[in-house]
Amino acid sequence: MTAFQAGADFGDGRREETQGPRPEAIMDHAGPTAKRIIVGYGFWIFLLSDIVMFSAFFATYAVLVNETAGGPSGKDLFDLHNVAIETACLLLSSFTCGLAAIGSRAHNGLLYYGGMAATFLFGLGFLSIEMHEFAGMVGQGAGPTRSAFLSAFFTLVGCHGLHVTLGLLWLLTMVAQVFAKGYRADILRRVLCFALFWHTLDIIWVAIFTVVYLLGAGA
Amino acid sequence: MSSTDGDYDALSRTDHAPGDEPARGREVAEGVLGYLIGLGLAILLTAVSFFIAGTFLVWRPSIPIALVVLAIAQIGVHLVFFLHITTGPDNVNNVLALAFGVLIVFLILVGSLWIMYNLNQNMGPMTM
Amino acid sequence: MFGKLTWDAIPFDQPIPLAAGALVIVVIVGVVAFVTIKGWVPYLWREWITSVDHKHIGIMYVTLAAVMLLRGFIDAIMMRSQQAIAFRSQGYLPPEHYNQIFSAHGTIMIFFVAMPFVIGLMNFVVPLQLGVRDVAFPTLNSVSFWLTATGALLINLSLVVGEFSRTGWLPFPPLSELTYSPGVGVDYYLWGVQISGVGTVMTGVNFVTTILKIHAPGMTYMRMPVFCWTAFASMLVIVAAFPVLTATLAMLTLDRYLGFHFFTNEAGGNVMMFMNLIWIWGHPEVYILVLPAFGVFSEVVSTFSRKPLFGYRSMVWATMAICVISYMVWLHHFFTMGAGPNVNAVFGIASMIIAVPTGVKIFNWMFTMYGGRVVYATPMLWSLGFMVTFVIGGLTGVLVAVVPADFMLHNSLFQVAHFHNVIIGGVLFGMFAGYTFWFPKAFGFRLHEGWGKAAFWCWFIGFYLAFMPLYVVGLMGMTRRMQHYDVPEWRPWLLVAAVGAAVILAGILCQVAQLVVSIRHREELRDLTGDPWMGRALEWSTSSPPPAFNFAVLPYVEGRDDYWRRARLAERGAGPAVEPVYKAIEMPRNSATGFVCAFFATFGGFGMIWHIWWLVGVSLLGAFVTFVVFAWRDRTEYEIPADEVARIDRANRRARGEAFTPAGVLS
Repeated sequence: MTAFQAGADFGDGRREETQGPRPEAIMDHAGPTAKRIIVGYGFWIFLLSDIVMFSAFFATYAVLVNETAGGPSGKDLFDLHNVAIETACLLLSSFTCGLAAIGSRAHNGLLYYGGMAATFLFGLGFLSIEMHEFAGMVGQGAGPTRSAFLSAFFTLVGCHGLHVTLGLLWLLTMVAQVFAKGYRADILRRVLCFALFWHTLDIIWVAIFTVVYLLGAGA
Repeated sequence: MSSTDGDYDALSRTDHAPGDEPARGREVAEGVLGYLIGLGLAILLTAVSFFIAGTFLVWRPSIPIALVVLAIAQIGVHLVFFLHITTGPDNVNNVLALAFGVLIVFLILVGSLWIMYNLNQNMGPMTM
Repeated sequence: MFGKLTWDAIPFDQPIPLAAGALVIVVIVGVVAFVTIKGWVPYLWREWITSVDHKHIGIMYVTLAAVMLLRGFIDAIMMRSQQAIAFRSQGYLPPEHYNQIFSAHGTIMIFFVAMPFVIGLMNFVVPLQLGVRDVAFPTLNSVSFWLTATGALLINLSLVVGEFSRTGWLPFPPLSELTYSPGVGVDYYLWGVQISGVGTVMTGVNFVTTILKIHAPGMTYMRMPVFCWTAFASMLVIVAAFPVLTATLAMLTLDRYLGFHFFTNEAGGNVMMFMNLIWIWGHPEVYILVLPAFGVFSEVVSTFSRKPLFGYRSMVWATMAICVISYMVWLHHFFTMGAGPNVNAVFGIASMIIAVPTGVKIFNWMFTMYGGRVVYATPMLWSLGFMVTFVIGGLTGVLVAVVPADFMLHNSLFQVAHFHNVIIGGVLFGMFAGYTFWFPKAFGFRLHEGWGKAAFWCWFIGFYLAFMPLYVVGLMGMTRRMQHYDVPEWRPWLLVAAVGAAVILAGILCQVAQLVVSIRHREELRDLTGDPWMGRALEWSTSSPPPAFNFAVLPYVEGRDDYWRRARLAERGAGPAVEPVYKAIEMPRNSATGFVCAFFATFGGFGMIWHIWWLVGVSLLGAFVTFVVFAWRDRTEYEIPADEVARIDRANRRARGEAFTPAGVLS
């Protein structure tokens, strides 16, 4: 009795090939994909789930934006100068993150460490302005417990800020890893994920400053 | 599998990780140029957004739509120049995933706004 | 020091939870003591607790689901018996307790029975069917399982320490807000569900990536088994729906903990926004559960009809259509809450449209059976039972999709009967079919057929006895979740329903007996070939149970049901075999990351529930450190040498060669 995992004979002169793809099939379906693509794609799917979570917070904000319970509204509270500086910080940090990503692929220490350092500083700048804004609002009695609008605002913008904070912690970890272990393939995969994460945070900020601040302050 | 170049073998020519640099042999300078262009476009679009939000030179009721369009354009710039999401055949899975995500976000936002608007119309006044 | 936690948290004054809790503690202590004395702890730690093997993780998920099914079912028995007794009387369960019971029943059944069962089966089967060695992110897989176990632990802890929520399986505000639920019950719910939800999203990411990017050579998307397609659709829905649950529960948590005003009655909160958001998650959730069940039936029906699945392409399209449309119907859960006729009409029509792709699937299964040589093994019985039961449940679903009808039936027992009809008839029957079908692959011996058939008939008859009366009583006007009632016309129906619950209990006891008997007689029931059913997909080409690396050499796939084709060729004695070239195989290392993360998550969740803030801080720090330690690993894989691979594979081929008969084991 034959085993049938490979090499079965069709009995009419043809013979099934042993385990392995025929050469012309290699390009189409050659088996499991390379690790870098798997990791990058997996993280991309995770980011999409994160974007869906943000959209739930956005939807809540949009529904509750006028529920100020007699308290201050966006128009009363938002300072567009700060928002412009925050936007500049994040946008530039996205750019420097791109430089760091190029540096990591090219094993170029100047680009990588320089880019990461700049990204960190811009990110920190963004966070400090945001903390300052939040503290100011709470000090004026316009904290998240004042009204549904403010609950929604603090949660949406605060969630983004929390992501930025975690991103900065991650950034430091990636710098430490490359420093300790060099440009190893698995570490480079994580740098790829970090870059994806950081750019996505900037994309979400575009939505936030447009919908929350520009539309809120101007209305 | 933990050596550096097991990740870049020929079998993956038809597929591409999202966010990854486009081609392996490219120069550092070319890569930086791509990011610079993206940065420039994004700065331009952002500046226009801020300007439009405060100006009286544009018909006011059109401002929300203009801002949304500009935001979508900025997101597009990020996707293309920073995340390297293109419409090439090696990016199909990435684009499909993005499209699915966009559909869900659209359903959540538009669906919620439509439903809540109708519910709020029919709800009695809230007693404080 | 201990936040809100005091000795009052233990229900000394309530005999039923006290006795139940004491019993559970005795059982757990007994099991732990037994395992330790027998010296099994190192084995359990090495092979199961720190395992990143999808097969072991899948088995652990299903085990968790089975244990929680017992707990959830006990809640059901208590509800049925209370309603049978409580005609013009208070019954034996006071309202505060009864409310916790129906809340726990629903929460446990959905989050800790149905979800783990479905995810467990997908975990075990999908990589084998794809012809690969493991999922995309094996350690993440382990983390997902252990976080789910954490959630289950927290929910069950509420029985002994504190109380559970009284708000039903979805905590609608304003009842779930701090003003009206000041106790810890809702907090137990929030943290238990939230933590396990994080695990579930990670599973979704893992499997979407695996199914799209990791296949055996030659397996294009349209050559994947239908179970993999339904797994893919289900995982995609997880990735897109669970984040909404995370956000919504987070908002309720912020309301309760920090005084925010998302869903409160004052300061502009909008309770309906909770309803809207939670059902944006809640409707896709039921499709997450039922799509893999449909996949199981596709595998089972084609195998036991000895025919390829009818209409493969249309099955794939129907699956993806269900995946997308499931996001367009959610308002049908709150037609009566004032959205108005325009909105209601749109969602009502969409809810009817979504029945169409499911109908396509039912026809495909029937056409698969037509002209085939049907074998009525236990998995096939579950499938036939499903077809009848799910169609009835689906019909009542289309009925309540008619908005004016729903205005009468919303929140009645008719609605309760409908969703149990589709979840039990669809999801649970599918899970039992899958359990019976793949048990031999997982453990190396079949389940006893006689007890399996007995279990099926008890469940089938018991289900109809328990739930058909609920349709009647719902039409008569009985509301759901009633602790007592005084309408005499309802009573006989509720008594019949209680009998039905008892018959289902008999069914569960048959399943327990089946397991015990099968283990005792495992040598007679041994699966020697790896293919006890004349299977069609790649998992049947491995030994039972498969080796750690699944396939010695990744198979090259030339078409659908490729294993079936090669097996039939081999039966006809098609030529001498050429042994493949064996190479060393690298497999991912075991990792304690999942277990340790869950350990900190449990303490962190408990700390949040009881406001023990220092415990929360310590746990967060611990989780972060675990993460960094994992990221700092240098060796992530271990190697199985080529001659070891060869030895294992040759043994499997030899066993197949000796035991395989031309007509298959079941002839």
